[in-house]
Amino acid sequence: MTTADLRRTPLFDVHVEASGKLVPFAGWEMPVQYSGLMEEHRAVRTAAGLFDVSHMGEVAVRGAGAEAFLQHLTPNDVGRLKEGRAHYSALLDEDGKYIDDLLVYRLREDQFILVVNAANTATDLEWIEDYAPDGVEVEDVSEEYALLALQGPRAVETLQALTETELAPIRYYGFRRGSVTGHPALLSRTGYTGEDGFELYLAPEAATEVWAALLDTGRGAGVIPAGLGARDTLRLEAGMALYGHELDRDTTPWEAQLGWTIKMGKGDFVGSRALAEAKERGPSALVVGFEITARGIAREGCVAYAAGTEIGKVTSGTFSPTLGKALGMAKLAVGHTALGYEFEIEVRGRRLPARVVEVPFYRRTKNA
Amino acid sequence: MYPENYHYSNEHEWFHVEGDECTIGITDFAQDELGEVVFVELPEVGTHFDGNDEIGTIESVKAVSEIYTAVPGEVTEVNTELENAPEKVNEDPHGQGWLIRMKLDEGVDLEGLMNAEQYEEFTHNG
Repeated sequence: MTTADLRRTPLFDVHVEASGKLVPFAGWEMPVQYSGLMEEHRAVRTAAGLFDVSHMGEVAVRGAGAEAFLQHLTPNDVGRLKEGRAHYSALLDEDGKYIDDLLVYRLREDQFILVVNAANTATDLEWIEDYAPDGVEVEDVSEEYALLALQGPRAVETLQALTETELAPIRYYGFRRGSVTGHPALLSRTGYTGEDGFELYLAPEAATEVWAALLDTGRGAGVIPAGLGARDTLRLEAGMALYGHELDRDTTPWEAQLGWTIKMGKGDFVGSRALAEAKERGPSALVVGFEITARGIAREGCVAYAAGTEIGKVTSGTFSPTLGKALGMAKLAVGHTALGYEFEIEVRGRRLPARVVEVPFYRRTKNA
Repeated sequence: MYPENYHYSNEHEWFHVEGDECTIGITDFAQDELGEVVFVELPEVGTHFDGNDEIGTIESVKAVSEIYTAVPGEVTEVNTELENAPEKVNEDPHGQGWLIRMKLDEGVDLEGLMNAEQYEEFTHNG
Protein backbone atom coordinates (compact mmCIF):
# COMPACT_ATOMS: atom_id res chain seq x y z
CA MET A 1 0.00 0.00 0.00
CA THR A 2 1.45 3.37 -0.94
CA THR A 3 1.12 6.48 1.17
CA ALA A 4 -1.43 7.81 -1.29
CA ASP A 5 -3.84 5.00 -0.38
CA LEU A 6 -3.66 5.68 3.35
CA ARG A 7 -6.47 7.44 5.11
CA ARG A 8 -5.89 10.47 7.30
CA THR A 9 -7.69 11.55 10.44
CA PRO A 10 -9.08 15.09 10.85
CA LEU A 11 -5.96 15.82 12.93
CA PHE A 12 -3.43 14.90 10.25
CA ASP A 13 -2.18 18.46 9.72
CA VAL A 14 -1.92 18.98 13.47
CA HIS A 15 0.32 15.91 13.76
CA VAL A 16 2.55 17.10 10.95
CA GLU A 17 2.87 20.49 12.58
CA ALA A 18 3.68 18.89 15.95
CA SER A 19 6.52 16.93 14.25
CA GLY A 20 4.67 13.68 14.76
CA LYS A 21 6.33 10.73 13.07
CA LEU A 22 3.64 9.36 10.79
CA VAL A 23 3.55 5.72 9.82
CA PRO A 24 1.11 3.43 8.02
CA PHE A 25 -1.14 1.65 10.52
CA ALA A 26 -4.19 -0.45 9.68
CA GLY A 27 -4.68 1.47 6.45
CA TRP A 28 -4.24 4.87 8.09
CA GLU A 29 -1.38 7.31 8.27
CA MET A 30 -1.02 7.66 12.05
CA PRO A 31 1.39 9.33 14.47
CA VAL A 32 3.57 6.69 16.11
CA GLN A 33 5.37 9.25 18.28
CA TYR A 34 5.99 12.97 18.78
CA SER A 35 8.63 13.88 21.37
CA GLY A 36 9.68 10.27 21.99
CA LEU A 37 8.00 7.05 22.98
CA MET A 38 9.49 6.89 26.49
CA GLU A 39 8.66 10.49 27.31
CA GLU A 40 5.10 10.08 26.06
CA HIS A 41 4.70 6.83 27.96
CA ARG A 42 5.91 8.43 31.19
CA ALA A 43 3.69 11.47 30.66
CA VAL A 44 0.65 9.18 30.56
CA ARG A 45 1.73 7.44 33.77
CA THR A 46 2.56 10.67 35.65
CA ALA A 47 0.52 13.48 34.02
CA ALA A 48 -1.53 12.75 30.91
CA GLY A 49 -1.17 12.05 27.22
CA LEU A 50 -3.51 13.00 24.39
CA PHE A 51 -4.00 10.41 21.63
CA ASP A 52 -5.67 10.68 18.26
CA VAL A 53 -7.42 7.36 17.80
CA SER A 54 -9.85 8.54 15.15
CA HIS A 55 -8.90 5.53 13.02
CA MET A 56 -11.07 3.31 15.24
CA GLY A 57 -14.27 2.19 13.54
CA GLU A 58 -17.78 2.96 14.83
CA VAL A 59 -20.82 0.96 13.83
CA ALA A 60 -24.31 2.12 14.83
CA VAL A 61 -26.95 -0.53 15.56
CA ARG A 62 -30.48 0.79 15.92
CA GLY A 63 -34.05 -0.40 16.06
CA ALA A 64 -36.54 -2.14 18.29
CA GLY A 65 -34.71 -5.45 17.89
CA ALA A 66 -31.23 -4.02 18.47
CA GLU A 67 -30.78 -5.38 21.99
CA ALA A 68 -31.91 -8.89 21.06
CA PHE A 69 -29.71 -8.78 17.98
CA LEU A 70 -26.56 -7.74 19.87
CA GLN A 71 -27.38 -10.24 22.58
CA HIS A 72 -27.21 -12.90 19.88
CA LEU A 73 -24.20 -11.41 18.07
CA THR A 74 -21.86 -10.66 20.98
CA PRO A 75 -20.91 -12.76 24.02
CA ASN A 76 -21.23 -10.20 26.82
CA ASP A 77 -24.68 -9.55 28.35
CA VAL A 78 -26.21 -6.62 26.48
CA GLY A 79 -29.43 -7.15 28.44
CA ARG A 80 -27.65 -5.89 31.54
CA LEU A 81 -26.00 -2.96 29.79
CA LYS A 82 -27.71 0.24 30.91
CA GLU A 83 -28.07 3.44 28.93
CA GLY A 84 -24.99 5.57 29.52
CA ARG A 85 -22.77 2.53 29.99
CA ALA A 86 -20.35 0.66 27.75
CA HIS A 87 -18.84 -2.78 28.04
CA TYR A 88 -15.99 -4.78 26.57
CA SER A 89 -17.10 -7.57 24.29
CA ALA A 90 -16.28 -9.28 21.02
CA LEU A 91 -17.39 -10.57 17.69
CA LEU A 92 -16.84 -14.31 17.71
CA ASP A 93 -17.24 -16.73 14.83
CA GLU A 94 -19.26 -19.95 15.09
CA ASP A 95 -16.13 -21.68 16.43
CA GLY A 96 -16.03 -19.18 19.30
CA LYS A 97 -12.88 -17.52 17.97
CA TYR A 98 -12.17 -13.83 17.62
CA ILE A 99 -13.25 -11.86 14.55
CA ASP A 100 -12.61 -8.73 16.63
CA ASP A 101 -12.80 -7.35 20.13
CA LEU A 102 -14.91 -4.25 20.66
CA LEU A 103 -16.74 -1.90 22.98
CA VAL A 104 -20.53 -1.76 23.02
CA TYR A 105 -22.04 1.61 24.01
CA ARG A 106 -25.70 1.80 24.86
CA LEU A 107 -26.79 5.29 23.82
CA ARG A 108 -30.53 4.64 24.26
CA GLU A 109 -32.82 1.71 24.87
CA ASP A 110 -32.72 0.76 21.18
CA GLN A 111 -29.58 2.54 20.03
CA PHE A 112 -26.03 1.22 20.29
CA ILE A 113 -22.58 1.98 18.96
CA LEU A 114 -19.92 -0.67 18.52
CA VAL A 115 -16.35 0.60 18.54
CA VAL A 116 -14.10 -1.73 16.57
CA ASN A 117 -10.49 -2.00 15.47
CA ALA A 118 -9.60 0.04 12.39
CA ALA A 119 -8.05 -2.93 10.58
CA ASN A 120 -11.22 -4.98 11.07
CA THR A 121 -13.93 -2.41 10.41
CA ALA A 122 -14.83 -3.67 6.92
CA THR A 123 -14.83 -7.35 7.97
CA ASP A 124 -16.84 -6.59 11.09
CA LEU A 125 -19.41 -4.58 9.20
CA GLU A 126 -19.97 -7.39 6.73
CA TRP A 127 -20.27 -9.91 9.57
CA ILE A 128 -22.71 -7.75 11.53
CA GLU A 129 -24.87 -7.03 8.47
CA ASP A 130 -25.03 -10.73 7.61
CA TYR A 131 -26.54 -11.50 10.99
CA ALA A 132 -28.78 -8.43 11.29
CA PRO A 133 -32.50 -9.25 11.16
CA ASP A 134 -35.12 -7.07 9.47
CA GLY A 135 -35.93 -4.06 11.57
CA VAL A 136 -32.39 -3.61 12.87
CA GLU A 137 -30.41 -0.92 11.14
CA VAL A 138 -26.63 -1.33 10.90
CA GLU A 139 -24.60 1.64 9.73
CA ASP A 140 -20.89 2.40 9.48
CA VAL A 141 -20.68 5.79 11.20
CA SER A 142 -16.86 5.88 11.44
CA GLU A 143 -16.75 9.01 9.30
CA GLU A 144 -18.98 10.87 11.73
CA TYR A 145 -16.53 10.62 14.62
CA ALA A 146 -13.12 11.83 15.53
CA LEU A 147 -11.90 10.06 18.65
CA LEU A 148 -9.46 11.57 21.14
CA ALA A 149 -8.19 9.77 24.22
CA LEU A 150 -6.93 11.80 27.17
CA GLN A 151 -5.28 9.39 29.57
CA GLY A 152 -3.38 9.78 32.82
CA PRO A 153 -3.73 10.97 36.40
CA ARG A 154 -4.19 14.62 35.31
CA ALA A 155 -6.68 13.80 32.54
CA VAL A 156 -9.88 14.38 34.48
CA GLU A 157 -8.95 17.81 35.87
CA THR A 158 -7.72 18.89 32.43
CA LEU A 159 -10.92 17.85 30.69
CA GLN A 160 -13.09 19.21 33.51
CA ALA A 161 -11.76 22.72 32.83
CA LEU A 162 -13.22 22.53 29.31
CA THR A 163 -16.63 20.96 29.91
CA GLU A 164 -19.73 21.69 31.94
CA THR A 165 -20.45 17.99 32.28
CA GLU A 166 -19.60 16.94 35.80
CA LEU A 167 -16.97 14.24 35.33
CA ALA A 168 -16.56 12.93 38.87
CA PRO A 169 -19.84 10.96 38.93
CA ILE A 170 -19.02 9.20 35.64
CA ARG A 171 -17.75 5.77 36.58
CA TYR A 172 -15.28 3.61 34.67
CA TYR A 173 -17.02 2.50 31.45
CA GLY A 174 -19.72 5.11 31.93
CA PHE A 175 -20.33 7.97 29.50
CA ARG A 176 -22.37 11.15 29.08
CA ARG A 177 -23.32 13.34 26.18
CA GLY A 178 -22.11 16.86 26.73
CA SER A 179 -19.79 19.34 25.13
CA VAL A 180 -16.10 20.18 25.21
CA THR A 181 -15.14 23.80 24.42
CA GLY A 182 -18.67 24.19 23.11
CA HIS A 183 -18.50 21.23 20.71
CA PRO A 184 -20.96 18.39 21.24
CA ALA A 185 -19.15 15.30 22.49
CA LEU A 186 -19.68 11.92 23.99
CA LEU A 187 -17.46 11.80 27.07
CA SER A 188 -16.56 8.22 27.91
CA ARG A 189 -14.53 7.15 30.94
CA THR A 190 -12.67 4.44 29.07
CA GLY A 191 -9.18 3.91 27.75
CA TYR A 192 -6.45 1.56 26.71
CA THR A 193 -3.55 2.59 28.91
CA GLY A 194 -4.26 1.36 32.44
CA GLU A 195 -4.77 4.95 33.61
CA ASP A 196 -7.83 6.97 34.47
CA GLY A 197 -9.04 9.15 31.64
CA PHE A 198 -11.62 9.85 29.00
CA GLU A 199 -12.23 9.08 25.38
CA LEU A 200 -14.03 11.83 23.48
CA TYR A 201 -16.20 11.12 20.46
CA LEU A 202 -16.50 14.33 18.47
CA ALA A 203 -17.59 15.62 15.11
CA PRO A 204 -14.53 15.59 12.81
CA GLU A 205 -14.77 19.38 12.40
CA ALA A 206 -14.37 19.84 16.16
CA ALA A 207 -11.27 17.69 16.55
CA THR A 208 -8.58 20.29 15.88
CA GLU A 209 -10.02 22.83 18.28
CA VAL A 210 -10.63 20.36 21.09
CA TRP A 211 -7.17 18.84 20.63
CA ALA A 212 -5.52 22.26 20.92
CA ALA A 213 -7.66 23.27 23.91
CA LEU A 214 -6.81 20.10 25.83
CA LEU A 215 -3.09 20.58 25.24
CA ASP A 216 -3.24 24.29 26.13
CA THR A 217 -5.20 23.67 29.30
CA GLY A 218 -3.08 20.71 30.32
CA ARG A 219 0.30 22.22 29.53
CA GLY A 220 1.02 23.25 33.12
CA ALA A 221 0.11 19.77 34.32
CA GLY A 222 2.47 18.15 31.81
CA VAL A 223 -0.08 16.94 29.26
CA ILE A 224 1.54 16.16 25.90
CA PRO A 225 0.49 14.49 22.66
CA ALA A 226 1.21 10.77 22.59
CA GLY A 227 1.44 8.38 19.66
CA LEU A 228 0.53 4.80 18.87
CA GLY A 229 3.97 3.62 20.02
CA ALA A 230 3.29 4.67 23.60
CA ARG A 231 -0.28 3.45 23.32
CA ASP A 232 1.06 -0.02 22.62
CA THR A 233 3.60 -0.12 25.47
CA LEU A 234 0.97 1.33 27.84
CA ARG A 235 -1.71 -1.21 26.95
CA LEU A 236 0.80 -4.03 27.21
CA GLU A 237 1.92 -2.98 30.71
CA ALA A 238 -1.76 -2.84 31.61
CA GLY A 239 -2.16 -6.40 30.30
CA MET A 240 -4.74 -5.45 27.69
CA ALA A 241 -5.11 -7.66 24.63
CA LEU A 242 -4.62 -6.35 21.10
CA TYR A 243 -6.37 -7.88 18.12
CA GLY A 244 -3.94 -9.57 15.73
CA HIS A 245 -1.65 -10.31 18.67
CA GLU A 246 -3.34 -11.93 21.67
CA LEU A 247 -6.65 -12.28 19.84
CA ASP A 248 -7.24 -13.82 16.42
CA ARG A 249 -9.27 -16.36 14.43
CA ASP A 250 -7.32 -19.12 16.16
CA THR A 251 -7.99 -18.05 19.75
CA THR A 252 -11.01 -18.48 22.02
CA PRO A 253 -11.82 -16.16 24.93
CA TRP A 254 -10.95 -19.05 27.28
CA GLU A 255 -7.45 -19.19 25.82
CA ALA A 256 -7.15 -15.39 25.89
CA GLN A 257 -8.18 -15.45 29.59
CA LEU A 258 -11.08 -13.15 28.77
CA GLY A 259 -13.74 -15.49 30.12
CA TRP A 260 -15.18 -12.62 32.18
CA THR A 261 -16.55 -11.10 28.96
CA ILE A 262 -18.41 -14.29 28.06
CA LYS A 263 -21.86 -14.72 29.64
CA MET A 264 -22.73 -18.35 28.97
CA GLY A 265 -25.83 -18.10 31.13
CA LYS A 266 -27.57 -15.51 28.97
CA GLY A 267 -28.70 -18.00 26.31
CA ASP A 268 -27.45 -18.92 22.85
CA PHE A 269 -25.23 -16.51 20.96
CA VAL A 270 -22.90 -16.78 17.97
CA GLY A 271 -20.14 -19.17 19.00
CA SER A 272 -21.77 -20.20 22.29
CA ARG A 273 -22.08 -23.88 21.39
CA ALA A 274 -18.42 -24.13 20.39
CA LEU A 275 -17.42 -22.22 23.53
CA ALA A 276 -19.40 -24.60 25.74
CA GLU A 277 -17.62 -27.55 24.15
CA ALA A 278 -14.25 -25.85 24.38
CA LYS A 279 -14.86 -25.13 28.05
CA GLU A 280 -15.74 -28.77 28.63
CA ARG A 281 -12.55 -29.92 26.89
CA GLY A 282 -10.42 -27.26 28.56
CA PRO A 283 -8.05 -24.99 26.62
CA SER A 284 -4.92 -26.41 25.00
CA ALA A 285 -3.09 -23.09 25.30
CA LEU A 286 -3.36 -19.92 27.37
CA VAL A 287 -2.24 -16.35 26.86
CA VAL A 288 -0.03 -15.45 29.83
CA GLY A 289 2.30 -12.64 30.85
CA PHE A 290 6.04 -13.20 30.94
CA GLU A 291 9.18 -11.31 31.76
CA ILE A 292 12.67 -11.86 30.43
CA THR A 293 15.11 -12.51 33.26
CA ALA A 294 18.27 -11.76 31.24
CA ARG A 295 19.23 -8.86 28.98
CA GLY A 296 17.27 -8.73 25.75
CA ILE A 297 13.77 -8.22 24.45
CA ALA A 298 11.46 -10.91 23.13
CA ARG A 299 9.14 -9.63 20.44
CA GLU A 300 6.02 -10.83 18.69
CA GLY A 301 6.51 -14.13 16.91
CA CYS A 302 9.50 -15.31 18.97
CA VAL A 303 9.20 -19.02 19.78
CA ALA A 304 9.00 -20.26 23.38
CA TYR A 305 10.71 -23.49 24.48
CA ALA A 306 10.71 -25.72 27.51
CA ALA A 307 13.30 -28.49 27.73
CA GLY A 308 14.05 -28.02 24.04
CA THR A 309 10.42 -28.45 22.94
CA GLU A 310 8.38 -25.68 21.37
CA ILE A 311 5.58 -24.63 23.75
CA GLY A 312 4.21 -21.54 22.07
CA LYS A 313 4.86 -18.06 20.71
CA VAL A 314 5.17 -14.51 21.93
CA THR A 315 2.05 -12.52 20.97
CA SER A 316 3.36 -9.11 22.12
CA GLY A 317 6.73 -8.20 23.57
CA THR A 318 8.49 -4.99 24.42
CA PHE A 319 10.66 -3.20 26.91
CA SER A 320 8.46 -1.77 29.65
CA PRO A 321 9.30 1.90 30.19
CA THR A 322 7.61 1.93 33.62
CA LEU A 323 9.12 -1.27 35.00
CA GLY A 324 12.45 -1.04 33.20
CA LYS A 325 12.46 -4.60 31.97
CA ALA A 326 11.51 -6.68 28.97
CA LEU A 327 8.09 -8.30 29.19
CA GLY A 328 5.22 -9.42 27.07
CA MET A 329 2.42 -11.86 26.52
CA ALA A 330 2.74 -15.31 25.01
CA LYS A 331 0.35 -18.05 24.03
CA LEU A 332 1.75 -21.15 25.72
CA ALA A 333 0.60 -24.77 25.83
CA VAL A 334 -1.19 -25.68 29.06
CA GLY A 335 1.13 -27.24 31.57
CA HIS A 336 3.58 -24.37 30.98
CA THR A 337 1.47 -21.47 32.18
CA ALA A 338 1.64 -21.49 35.99
CA LEU A 339 2.82 -18.31 37.70
CA GLY A 340 6.58 -18.47 38.18
CA TYR A 341 7.04 -21.16 35.50
CA GLU A 342 10.47 -20.80 33.89
CA PHE A 343 11.00 -21.32 30.18
CA GLU A 344 13.03 -19.94 27.28
CA ILE A 345 12.31 -17.64 24.35
CA GLU A 346 14.44 -17.70 21.25
CA VAL A 347 15.58 -14.24 20.15
CA ARG A 348 17.79 -14.07 17.06
CA GLY A 349 19.12 -17.57 17.58
CA ARG A 350 19.72 -17.19 21.30
CA ARG A 351 17.46 -18.60 24.00
CA LEU A 352 16.70 -16.07 26.72
CA PRO A 353 15.40 -17.18 30.12
CA ALA A 354 11.80 -16.10 30.81
CA ARG A 355 9.26 -16.54 33.56
CA VAL A 356 5.47 -16.52 33.67
CA VAL A 357 4.29 -13.54 35.72
CA GLU A 358 1.02 -11.98 36.77
CA VAL A 359 -0.93 -9.75 34.39
CA PRO A 360 -1.39 -6.78 34.48
CA PHE A 361 2.28 -5.99 34.83
CA TYR A 362 1.36 -2.50 35.95
CA ARG A 363 -1.55 -1.36 38.12
CA ARG A 364 -2.12 2.29 38.87
CA THR A 365 -2.51 3.32 42.47
CA LYS A 366 -6.05 4.55 42.84
CA ASN A 367 -6.75 7.87 44.51
CA ALA A 368 -8.79 7.57 47.67
CA MET B 1 26.40 17.78 12.81
CA TYR B 2 28.54 14.91 11.45
CA PRO B 3 32.23 15.02 12.44
CA GLU B 4 34.42 15.80 9.43
CA ASN B 5 37.13 13.33 10.43
CA TYR B 6 34.80 10.29 10.55
CA HIS B 7 33.79 7.94 7.76
CA TYR B 8 30.19 6.76 7.31
CA SER B 9 28.48 3.66 5.96
CA ASN B 10 25.10 3.36 4.30
CA GLU B 11 24.07 1.21 7.31
CA HIS B 12 24.36 4.44 9.35
CA GLU B 13 27.49 3.57 11.31
CA TRP B 14 30.43 5.90 11.73
CA PHE B 15 34.11 4.92 11.69
CA HIS B 16 36.80 7.03 13.28
CA VAL B 17 40.20 5.83 12.11
CA GLU B 18 43.35 6.89 13.97
CA GLY B 19 46.43 5.01 12.74
CA ASP B 20 45.51 1.32 12.75
CA GLU B 21 42.76 1.83 15.34
CA CYS B 22 39.12 2.38 14.46
CA THR B 23 36.26 3.43 16.75
CA ILE B 24 32.75 2.51 15.61
CA GLY B 25 29.37 3.91 16.54
CA ILE B 26 25.96 4.63 15.05
CA THR B 27 25.10 8.02 13.61
CA ASP B 28 22.78 10.64 15.00
CA PHE B 29 20.40 9.86 12.15
CA ALA B 30 20.38 6.17 13.16
CA GLN B 31 19.76 6.82 16.85
CA ASP B 32 16.92 9.17 16.00
CA GLU B 33 15.28 6.59 13.75
CA LEU B 34 15.66 3.92 16.40
CA GLY B 35 14.31 5.88 19.35
CA GLU B 36 15.35 5.45 22.97
CA VAL B 37 17.95 2.71 23.20
CA VAL B 38 17.38 0.22 26.03
CA PHE B 39 19.88 -2.58 25.30
CA VAL B 40 23.17 -2.71 23.47
CA GLU B 41 24.69 -6.08 22.69
CA LEU B 42 28.39 -5.91 21.85
CA PRO B 43 30.98 -8.52 20.85
CA GLU B 44 33.77 -9.96 23.01
CA VAL B 45 37.15 -8.29 23.00
CA GLY B 46 39.46 -10.34 20.78
CA THR B 47 36.78 -11.27 18.22
CA HIS B 48 37.83 -10.78 14.62
CA PHE B 49 35.35 -9.47 12.06
CA ASP B 50 35.47 -9.23 8.30
CA GLY B 51 34.01 -6.22 6.52
CA ASN B 52 30.16 -6.24 6.52
CA ASP B 53 29.99 -8.64 9.49
CA GLU B 54 27.34 -8.10 12.12
CA ILE B 55 29.09 -7.00 15.32
CA GLY B 56 26.11 -6.58 17.62
CA THR B 57 22.60 -5.29 18.06
CA ILE B 58 20.95 -2.21 19.47
CA GLU B 59 17.42 -2.42 20.82
CA SER B 60 14.99 0.36 21.45
CA VAL B 61 11.54 -0.06 22.95
CA LYS B 62 10.00 -0.71 19.56
CA ALA B 63 12.78 -1.93 17.32
CA VAL B 64 15.96 -3.91 17.05
CA SER B 65 18.77 -2.91 14.76
CA GLU B 66 21.85 -4.88 13.76
CA ILE B 67 25.20 -3.13 13.78
CA TYR B 68 27.71 -3.92 11.04
CA THR B 69 31.34 -3.13 10.63
CA ALA B 70 32.29 -1.93 7.18
CA VAL B 71 35.96 -2.62 7.88
CA PRO B 72 37.80 -5.79 9.01
CA GLY B 73 39.69 -5.97 12.27
CA GLU B 74 39.94 -7.34 15.78
CA VAL B 75 37.93 -5.93 18.69
CA THR B 76 40.26 -4.32 21.27
CA GLU B 77 37.70 -2.58 23.46
CA VAL B 78 33.93 -2.36 23.87
CA ASN B 79 32.02 0.46 25.52
CA THR B 80 31.00 -1.26 28.75
CA GLU B 81 29.40 1.97 30.00
CA LEU B 82 26.50 1.26 27.66
CA GLU B 83 25.50 -1.76 29.71
CA ASN B 84 24.15 0.52 32.43
CA ALA B 85 23.68 3.68 30.39
CA PRO B 86 22.45 2.67 26.91
CA GLU B 87 20.86 6.12 26.59
CA LYS B 88 24.35 7.50 25.84
CA VAL B 89 23.84 6.18 22.31
CA ASN B 90 20.97 8.66 21.96
CA GLU B 91 22.52 11.50 23.90
CA ASP B 92 25.96 11.49 22.34
CA PRO B 93 26.01 9.07 19.40
CA HIS B 94 29.24 10.42 17.90
CA GLY B 95 31.09 10.61 21.24
CA GLN B 96 30.35 8.88 24.53
CA GLY B 97 27.87 6.60 22.78
CA TRP B 98 30.64 4.83 20.81
CA LEU B 99 30.27 1.06 20.57
CA ILE B 100 33.58 -0.71 19.93
CA ARG B 101 37.23 -0.15 19.05
CA MET B 102 39.06 -2.39 16.61
CA LYS B 103 42.63 -2.88 15.49
CA LEU B 104 42.25 -2.73 11.73
CA ASP B 105 43.61 -5.49 9.53
CA GLU B 106 46.58 -4.45 7.42
CA GLY B 107 45.88 -2.61 4.23
CA VAL B 108 42.29 -1.73 5.07
CA ASP B 109 40.69 0.46 2.49
CA LEU B 110 38.09 3.10 3.41
CA GLU B 111 37.18 3.82 -0.19
CA GLY B 112 33.63 2.51 0.00
CA LEU B 113 32.69 4.81 2.88
CA MET B 114 31.20 8.28 2.75
CA ASN B 115 32.60 11.49 4.18
CA ALA B 116 30.50 13.74 6.42
CA GLU B 117 29.10 15.80 3.59
CA GLN B 118 28.21 12.79 1.47
CA TYR B 119 26.59 11.10 4.45
CA GLU B 120 24.54 14.16 5.31
CA GLU B 121 23.25 14.17 1.76
CA PHE B 122 22.62 10.41 1.94
CA THR B 123 20.36 10.84 4.99
CA HIS B 124 18.30 13.44 3.17
CA ASN B 125 17.81 11.28 0.11
CA GLY B 126 17.54 7.94 1.85
